[in-house]
Amino acid sequence: MPNGAGSRLVSGHPPIAPASRPALQYLALAAVLVLLALPAVLTSYAVTVFILIFFYAFLGQAWNVVGGYAGQLSMGHAAFVGVGGYTAAMLSSELHLTPWLGMLVGGALAAVLGAVIGYLGFRFGLRGFYFVLLTVAFAEVCRILVSNIDALGGAIGLYITFTGDPRQFQFQDARAYYYVALALMLLATGVVALLERRRFGIYLGAIREDEGACEALGVDTFKYKMLAMIVSSFLTGVGGTFYAFYLFSLQPNSMFGIPLSVEIIIRPIVGGAGTLLGPILGSFILTPLGELSRLSLGHGGYHGLHLVAYGVLLVAVVLFLPQGAYPYLARVLRRRDA
Amino acid sequence: MAVGLTLIFGVMRVVNFAHGDMMVWGMYVTFLLASRAGVDPYVAFGAAAAALFVLGLVVQRGLVDRVLDAPHEMQILLMLGVALILENTALLAFGPEPTRARSTLAAATIWLGPVFVDVARLIAFGVALALTAALWLFLFRTELGRLMRATADNTFGALVIGTDVRRVYAVAFGVGAACVGAAGALVAPILPWEPATGLSLSVASFNIVIIGGMGSLLGAFVGGLLVSVAESLGAVFLQPSLKELASFSLLILILLFRPAGLFGNGRDG
Amino acid sequence: MTPLLEVAGLSKRFGGLVAVKDLALTVGGGEVVGLIGPNGAGKTTAFGLISGSLVPDAGEIVFRGHSIKGLPPHRVCALGMARTFQIMRPFPRLTVVRNVMIGGLGRHPHPAAAEARSRAIVDELGLGAKADHLAGSLTLAERKRLELARALATEPVLLLLDEVMSGLGERETETLVREIRAINARGIAILLIEHVMRAVMSLAQRIVVLDGGERIAEGRPATVANDPRVIEAYLGDERLV
Repeated sequence: MPNGAGSRLVSGHPPIAPASRPALQYLALAAVLVLLALPAVLTSYAVTVFILIFFYAFLGQAWNVVGGYAGQLSMGHAAFVGVGGYTAAMLSSELHLTPWLGMLVGGALAAVLGAVIGYLGFRFGLRGFYFVLLTVAFAEVCRILVSNIDALGGAIGLYITFTGDPRQFQFQDARAYYYVALALMLLATGVVALLERRRFGIYLGAIREDEGACEALGVDTFKYKMLAMIVSSFLTGVGGTFYAFYLFSLQPNSMFGIPLSVEIIIRPIVGGAGTLLGPILGSFILTPLGELSRLSLGHGGYHGLHLVAYGVLLVAVVLFLPQGAYPYLARVLRRRDA
Repeated sequence: MAVGLTLIFGVMRVVNFAHGDMMVWGMYVTFLLASRAGVDPYVAFGAAAAALFVLGLVVQRGLVDRVLDAPHEMQILLMLGVALILENTALLAFGPEPTRARSTLAAATIWLGPVFVDVARLIAFGVALALTAALWLFLFRTELGRLMRATADNTFGALVIGTDVRRVYAVAFGVGAACVGAAGALVAPILPWEPATGLSLSVASFNIVIIGGMGSLLGAFVGGLLVSVAESLGAVFLQPSLKELASFSLLILILLFRPAGLFGNGRDG
Repeated sequence: MTPLLEVAGLSKRFGGLVAVKDLALTVGGGEVVGLIGPNGAGKTTAFGLISGSLVPDAGEIVFRGHSIKGLPPHRVCALGMARTFQIMRPFPRLTVVRNVMIGGLGRHPHPAAAEARSRAIVDELGLGAKADHLAGSLTLAERKRLELARALATEPVLLLLDEVMSGLGERETETLVREIRAINARGIAILLIEHVMRAVMSLAQRIVVLDGGERIAEGRPATVANDPRVIEAYLGDERLV
């Protein structure tokens, strides 16, 4: 049973007509304007932190489509990051294709992988933990394969030489990465906002609740789960290109590994899976936390501290806010309004 | 160690994502006893099992108990959180460097017929066999064990006949964790490990349990053997670095075609 | 005239247990047919087979001239058959209107149109005051109505109702009977499983009796109620006498 589902009105799901919440739209517009202006006053370190916040919010949002809205807990999303990143990097180094296009090819290949995993998982009716394991297994297979293909750099990985050429997705000024990451986050959020109001998004919310009942009501659950998986893996694959070209290096363990998958899912879950702003809120909470502990590392600090904190947060969210922080926050704000 | 996992899953239908990390803690307990107090790892294994039993009990009572009725996903996420905490507190406490517990016994090797065997591996195998047998006796020959199996079969029925299901769960989780603790102590002299080992151990034991069949003791044992065979074959015919590929491919195939595992009872299939 | 739904030779076993055996059944356009029988007679299994959530071992199911045997439930639904579940399955974390919309979106892909349509159905079934509440907060009687509303939103020509009356009070039952009659008056055929005998007797034009997975009797309500085989089947099940 959902936690605290009393007889109160809850609008975790937005009304259909977008115009009915103008206040929120102005708020969102203002927030975007602030974020656009922010780099002018930020230190370069703060810019880095924001880049990571945006980037992880983007990945979280991409995961949110299938993991949050459709309720299919994928723990292998790192595979899509890896496929997307490696594709763009190889296309750039071998065929001199600009990563701006390579990023789309990478997304498309990630979507193909997503479709394969989705097809197998959904056709064979794997649910819950079995689906989790299937996604993990596929990501691990990818990781092991890539580690063993010398043309892809093997276990050592690939390095991207820095040219600072914007056509090569490289920038002298870190603020350019800031804007690219921000654009990615807004793009994914826009896509999800659009989906949420359409039949597709409404169906996904119901599939998460009860697939059998959906089928009986005429919903082709397989088709919609597949679509969700494809959209999600495509966006995640696009993110892989950013990841690779921001870090200038690709390593199988970091790009396909389970730890990255965990990083991807933990933000939307803490923020609120299946809500539009959950992944963003989650990233604003967790990413700085991670950075803080990494910062203290330089001063003889504590390796792994932020992951302990992530773990504690995850446990706390599951126990006390199973729908995540955003729905809770929205309720508190609404109560104050009333 | 898969035996411990299968016990927890079989009785409670809770997937313990922190399994490998619990094992790593078992290894560290052994390591601490060995390096600080000079206790031989093979003597320390009782202490490791006891420590993990307590840890399992605490995790079950304090956390898992509260989400038993929640959706499966919530339990998975909870255990993922526990795994993160356990792995990284180990990282904070012991650092990222690989560790190894030394045993005077482990250094020895003997000839067993025509094969040359590591004493340490022999002991590990023997004790694992003995533990599985002991667990089997516990489940099938004691009152508490019978209650546990009854609860696994039919939670509602067990409630009706007045079983304290929560207590059964706590014991199952504790015993499951103790098994991993013992397993950790046993392999501590054989394999060097680091905090991050926990994750791959978890994944490996999921492999074993799924392949053998969730909730089946025999399955866990056979699954363990199968995975080792698949990995050795993979190592022989492909490259050593590709050996994991074989077990993951096996996992995917089993998931698709026999999701209850080779020895599972099909309840989830 | 060919019947709306024609089932022949339908069989299903679960392991060694025969749940439905060689079942024949027809429902004509606009007809109300009752499906009764003691617990475990195979009624809900028959519903599962007809609506596509279970795959039959043998037999044929023809609906509106199409063979629907083996089709997935959503295709069957798209053809104009909707069912309710005996154990109600609302989407607890969605509002009542959203729940109904899931059924309506198949016919009205545009969410605004589906929402308008769903609100009308919700009002019609007396759930208007709860339209924007979470389905998880509804009472048993309200959840039964919600099941019905969702099924109606798919705009069926045949409605399969699985024990929509059970657990309701006398007055609630009467209202629901009236509402079902009104639904039927619009030309929607109904096949209903029901244990509340008074309700079936007053609603159904024809009754099919199942026992042990087999059809043991069929006919007008009054005839069936006096059939010795039916009485015997029910006497064997003391819970219902």
